[in-house]
Amino acid sequence: MTHVVAWASLAPVLALAGSLINAFFGRNLKEPAPGIIASLAVAGGFVLAVLAFIGLHGSDAGVQVTFWRYLTAGSLHLDLGFMIDRLSVTMMLIITGVGLLIHIYSIGYMHGDDGNSRYFAELNLFVAAMLVLVMADSFPLMFIGWEGVGVCSYLLISFWYKDRANPDAGRKAFIVNRVGDVGFLLAMFLTFKEFGTLNIAAVNAAAPAMLYGSGVLTLIGLFYLLGATGKSAQLPLQVWLPDAMAGPTPVSALIHAATMVTAGVYLIARIGAIYAMAPGAAATVAWIGGLTAFVGAFAAFAQTDIKKILAYSTISQVGYMIAAVGAGAYWVGIFHVLTHAFFKALLFLTAGSVIHALGGEQDTRKMGGLGRHMKVTGNTALIATLAISGVPFLSGFFSKDAILSSTLNSSLLAGNGGDALYILLLVTAGMTAGYMFRWYYRVFAGESRVDKHAAEHLHESPPVMTWPLGILALGATFVGYVGLPEFAFPNYIQRWLEPATAKVDFNQLAASTDWLLIGLSVVVVAIGITAAWWVYHVRKGAPVAGLKESNLASASRGALGFDALYRILFVASGEGVSGGIATLDRDVVDRGLAGAGSAVGLLGRLATALQSGFARAYAFAMLLGVLALVVVAALTGVVR
Amino acid sequence: MVPTPYYIALSALLLTIGSVGVLTRRSAIMVFLSVELMLNAANLAIVAFARQWSARGVESALSGQAAVFIILAIAAAEVAVGLGILVAIFRNRVSTDVDELSEVRL
Repeated sequence: MTHVVAWASLAPVLALAGSLINAFFGRNLKEPAPGIIASLAVAGGFVLAVLAFIGLHGSDAGVQVTFWRYLTAGSLHLDLGFMIDRLSVTMMLIITGVGLLIHIYSIGYMHGDDGNSRYFAELNLFVAAMLVLVMADSFPLMFIGWEGVGVCSYLLISFWYKDRANPDAGRKAFIVNRVGDVGFLLAMFLTFKEFGTLNIAAVNAAAPAMLYGSGVLTLIGLFYLLGATGKSAQLPLQVWLPDAMAGPTPVSALIHAATMVTAGVYLIARIGAIYAMAPGAAATVAWIGGLTAFVGAFAAFAQTDIKKILAYSTISQVGYMIAAVGAGAYWVGIFHVLTHAFFKALLFLTAGSVIHALGGEQDTRKMGGLGRHMKVTGNTALIATLAISGVPFLSGFFSKDAILSSTLNSSLLAGNGGDALYILLLVTAGMTAGYMFRWYYRVFAGESRVDKHAAEHLHESPPVMTWPLGILALGATFVGYVGLPEFAFPNYIQRWLEPATAKVDFNQLAASTDWLLIGLSVVVVAIGITAAWWVYHVRKGAPVAGLKESNLASASRGALGFDALYRILFVASGEGVSGGIATLDRDVVDRGLAGAGSAVGLLGRLATALQSGFARAYAFAMLLGVLALVVVAALTGVVR
Repeated sequence: MVPTPYYIALSALLLTIGSVGVLTRRSAIMVFLSVELMLNAANLAIVAFARQWSARGVESALSGQAAVFIILAIAAAEVAVGLGILVAIFRNRVSTDVDELSEVRL
């Protein structure tokens, strides 16, 4: 079975090939062709991933595919190679599976766009980079994918580059990601210094022999965490994600919901062995995740843009995943990546469907009642909303409960506030249900606030867009059943992922306590949904209308002022420095050069006075010169 | 035999006349003539010294006479070119006043 698994290493090659075909020949292709080529490339990757998934059932160990050695420097050897194990195959299935549906959806969404082939080239390149990221067997190769993902997200966010705001958002995403990348680089340097290798499997194997809780392991963990916060939009680097909504909506679904932001979660799960030995770093990870989950959920309440609400919800949900991997429950984090990929992609694609139907309108204040006109979109959006809220028997319920119980029981968080984190995440779960139903009610239910003009054109999206919605809805409903609560039911994904991740001890609670915890979270979610239903559906937002001008509402609108703070701290100081340099350039360098130029000119003008233009004057000057020579010669006796 | 200082005095006189001519005359033809005068003043000085040195039996003194021949040949060539230029200027401007020839100046 080994070579069936090894074939999966062709998946990124396929996506890259699709990207190159579209980049070089896409302009000559008729409209649906670029989308079909791109979809086929991703579909090929999906098939390979499925084969590898089946192939890996036989053994616990992964398959190492090494292509060639591309760098040797002293004791450092870097191989270009892929590690295809249970963890990376799970990520590959998510990337190519959800990615494929989004590619197909994009064929409809990007229909008639001038940059159609460019769009699909970049989308495929993104999938290729993400696959490299998850399949890499060494940190540098992972970093190549990591950077590739960053570049592609820059390209796709600024896709409609003619509107100045979009490239600005792309740059912001790229620059904020850079900050995280510095952390990743520093972590790599330290890793090499400590472990003498950059091979991930070797580092994971060596980590358990290190000193438990040592300072350097903690530092490595914190630097990798900095990298993860950049890519996964966690505190304090979460500011780029809401702006990243400037890209086309399927891009938001693919990059900023289903795949790219999960890179940080994957990174921490991949190197779990380090965190398992560094409880300080692990607790920091978990707390960053928990706080981000709370801040994201808080900020989502006051947003009015249909996509920004979802963006903050992504930040919040990724916070959950980070909290889970911080607690050492690596399979739980990846499980939430899986369920989240389905329901968040579905949410974004329904939002895209709405935006498509309304001709580009994104303001939820001009929506409402759309579920009556767009049956498929409305119903699938409801399923996704229920799933993300954590309503029992839908996918989000299972993964969220697993996260909650893992924070409570983790040995890594014992003494590091695991209980407080549990309560924070529980409250956030209620808030999640609240803001997501606010979103649903304002867009799909209630009376219509749509412009008359837009209402006339209201239509359900074409089948190429609704079919992916349906498939994703099925996934959002049923994918959670691979991870039923492990204390009472057979849990498939835990047994599947555990051989590929680090081992962390968890307290075993009595089954009755576990049931109680689940009941508690169901109650919290029910409160959240009921409150949203009463406030936003029954009373049409009246109870919170008075809050609009309050500090609470403006704090939520501004997402706790991180953007404003960074503007003061970094943008303003940067502008100060560049302003100073501009003044220096203008007043010293430019003026100096201009002065030197005019001085030379003046000298030249002086010299022209010598050239009178009268031949006899020159002759007289020559005579004087000769006379002077004669006199000098006579006086000094040079001529004997 | 005429003593050398006489020749040198004549040579100096010719040179002075020539240089005054160059400085004072405005017609390019006369300037040209004066330049020839200065050139021949120098020639005269050279052959005079050459004669004096050869009378004392210095063999290399003949080189002075050779130099004069070369200068004469060059002067002839120069006259041909210079007069050609003068004719061309005259055709263009119907004047050979050197004070008016200052277009090359800025």
